[in-house]
Amino acid sequence: MTDNPTLRWAGLAVLAVGLVVLPFLLSSYHVFQATMVIDYAIVLLGLNILVGFNGQISLGHGAFYAIGAYTTAILVSQTDIPYWATIPIAGAVCLGAGYVFGLPALRLEGLYLALATFALAVATPQLLKYRLLEGWTGGVQGITLVKPDPPLHLPINADQWLYFLCLVIAVPLYVIGWNLLRARTGRALVAIRDHPTAAAAMGINTAFYKTSTFGISAMFTGIGGALGAIVTQYVAPDSFPIFLSLFFMVGIVVGGVASIAGAVFGAIFIEFVPNVASEISDAAPWAIYGVFLIGCMYVMPRGVAGLIRTLAERARQPQAETKQAKTLSPRGERAG
Amino acid sequence: MDTFLHQVLSGLATGGIYASIALALVMIYQATHHMNFAQGELAMFSTYIAWTLIDAGMPYWLAFVATLILSFIAGVLIERIIVRPIENSPVLTVVTVFVGLLFILNSMAGFIYGYTIKSFPSPFPSDAWYGSSYMSPHEVGMIVVTLAMLALVYLFFRFTPLGLAMRAAAQNPISSRLVGIRVGWMLALGWGLAGTIGAVAGMMAAPIVYLDPTMMDGVLLYGFAAALLGGINNPWGAATGGFLVGVLENLAGAYVVGTEIKLSVALVIIVGVLLLRPSGLFGRALVTRV
Repeated sequence: MTDNPTLRWAGLAVLAVGLVVLPFLLSSYHVFQATMVIDYAIVLLGLNILVGFNGQISLGHGAFYAIGAYTTAILVSQTDIPYWATIPIAGAVCLGAGYVFGLPALRLEGLYLALATFALAVATPQLLKYRLLEGWTGGVQGITLVKPDPPLHLPINADQWLYFLCLVIAVPLYVIGWNLLRARTGRALVAIRDHPTAAAAMGINTAFYKTSTFGISAMFTGIGGALGAIVTQYVAPDSFPIFLSLFFMVGIVVGGVASIAGAVFGAIFIEFVPNVASEISDAAPWAIYGVFLIGCMYVMPRGVAGLIRTLAERARQPQAETKQAKTLSPRGERAG
Repeated sequence: MDTFLHQVLSGLATGGIYASIALALVMIYQATHHMNFAQGELAMFSTYIAWTLIDAGMPYWLAFVATLILSFIAGVLIERIIVRPIENSPVLTVVTVFVGLLFILNSMAGFIYGYTIKSFPSPFPSDAWYGSSYMSPHEVGMIVVTLAMLALVYLFFRFTPLGLAMRAAAQNPISSRLVGIRVGWMLALGWGLAGTIGAVAGMMAAPIVYLDPTMMDGVLLYGFAAALLGGINNPWGAATGGFLVGVLENLAGAYVVGTEIKLSVALVIIVGVLLLRPSGLFGRALVTRV
């Protein structure tokens, strides 16, 4: 956000302290909500890497979220693997699943990929209920897990522990995502999004990058799913309807497409708006999502993150901006 | 053998619904290259309107016609108000707006009518006057209605000046504009027609799948599969694809995968067609038509 390194580090330090102190100031339920925000933030970062930065539209990330959640739930209920160790396994499984789905996705452009992933998401609940898998998945009933206790007799309660677990996993994932996107790889992804032919002509291996991005994106989502299963202690086929995938889509669009901070804003939006809106009516949250989706496309196509960036730039350099506006557009018509 | 025949025939009947949805999707796709993810919800909402009218005491066929007219108007309005501003936007924008539309229609139906499942009347007599046990009267009626609708759509596009103008606008907007066709309005009419066709599909499907805000989710998926299988730029291919998908779905459900995971048949068809033959079965040959 700012060019001054001291200020930036100070800002990060304040943020870090705030995140650590937060669960001690809130009630259990609010800690749970904060935990879910972190969980969604991981998922949305994964989806945003794919959709925002690489331009591959997925309406089916709920399927990968479900795979992650089920991997954790099955491993915890059927084997002796501790719950925390199932999280990387879920990530790895989704990395594989995403890579495999990314192979046919290579041949599908924009709209068709959206369609294929939409189909995947619609079919997911049915596949999870499949009779032959019932021994593992528990069929329609799903799987109930136990709430994990904090380790090492830490002086925190179980909700706070889950919050810190999510936070401890989310921070390195965000660092990885940020490093990935600001460096050579990120530029390659953006180049593929903006002009695949030109990107290929510059020597970027588009097939490799696209499938890998699909895999990595699914991995983030799967880790989110695994954490979601641990935090809610319950998975069932009907927890992963098509609307879950569309819900993630709402998150990245409202938060800001192709923006890392946007994933966090999106997570806050999708966690809290339903709570506020459902006081009006059961149907209201979805209506609000719909209105926000369409509204964002018309008035703030870069979401909350884009809006904040624009406002910050204006606040910082009002004079430079007007000067620039004058030189750029002689008629003084600057869109804003 | 009897079961087999039964499965094929009832597959044809549901195929009629898929064919209608596929036709509605193709109608919009051809004109604007948009894939309407809200088509299923549009049809669902139309069906609720029909339910309201019938519930208020209107005779079935009058309510049927009134719903078609209202759906047409709704389609035109949606095109004018929501779709037009994003006509030439990137794919992500278009997909997002359609998903938003899907959310709004779904929650409006839930808000107005609630989430409890309602039954929807079938207009056809309950006993099979043709003396066969292979198909229920509703299934026969469904096929007749679908075929009649396809015939009307064909006659409209083939023999009326307006149909010709709409085809021209879809095929070559710039030249059409030069000869005085109002291309924007032709697209809006296309949306209106898609709304109408979807309404027929919804009203025919509702006695089977029952009426609730998510009733068309699966149907929409099969509609996509049908449109792709037949060829996304060929309406008649898409309609044929609908019947094919209906039969395939039923046979796969009965003999291969079991009925619980029938939706994955649609997934397999969609991914398979896109990978092996993206133009669909009939797409290439008639690629320049309508």
